[in-house]
Amino acid sequence: MKLKPEDLKKISEKMEASTNLRSGAGRAKITVHMGTCGIATGARDIMKAFIDELEASGKKDILFTTTGCAGLCSHEPMATIEIKGESPVKYVHLTKEKVKTIFKEHVLNGNIVEESALGRGSERVG
Amino acid sequence: MEDLSLHILDIVENSIRAGSSTVEVNLEEKKEEGTLLLNIKDNGSGMDEETLNIVSSPFYSSKQSKNFGLGISLLKQAALETEGSFEINSKEGIGTELKAEFKKEHPDMKPIGDIMLTIKMLRLSHPEIEFLYDNGSNSE
Repeated sequence: MKLKPEDLKKISEKMEASTNLRSGAGRAKITVHMGTCGIATGARDIMKAFIDELEASGKKDILFTTTGCAGLCSHEPMATIEIKGESPVKYVHLTKEKVKTIFKEHVLNGNIVEESALGRGSERVG
Repeated sequence: MEDLSLHILDIVENSIRAGSSTVEVNLEEKKEEGTLLLNIKDNGSGMDEETLNIVSSPFYSSKQSKNFGLGISLLKQAALETEGSFEINSKEGIGTELKAEFKKEHPDMKPIGDIMLTIKMLRLSHPEIEFLYDNGSNSE
């Protein structure tokens, strides 16, 4: 279904209503890597898949954002899942099917999907 | 990139990283000239003259050296492959504006793709930024 301009207005209004989550009140955060490499390999569809899962779940405590290239271009498309109080986990070679599993198992139930995970923890700088 | 909507997403990610609060995307078809003009303008941190002179070269990146920048050079290539044109201007502290013109009927012209989906994804992932899109008939 093609989006119409009025649909975009509703989306903006809906997201503005949840900006209080951005102050850190969210329970989980999904970051889709949107560097040139990620976009070229399907990151936009991965982002859409996560958003579809979120909308279907009805959850209001999950943050979405994007970031640039993570420096692992051969592993794209990638996403990082962070649950409050736990180390972030990078997922690689994502597909829409893997997104469904990761959302259900990790984002909702806190269980890391090891077969799709590259590693856990943040990158060190320097 | 498969289509223009993905190039747009790629370039706008640069605008986001530059700290923009507003990003305008205009796609205008000039029927009498047979061209498509893509204009992306932001109010981010902008670039100095030295950076501006090399930014559309492949592998330049403002990020840490482990990353390679191809977004701008790929869009430039896509435009030039259709015998179109490419221009980028920037001022530090003001913002950056990029214009890519495509010859619509050229065999190497890429599909436009789903621009509304690109704008939707940008708005959902960065609600703090104002993304404006105008294709001449659908201002948003």
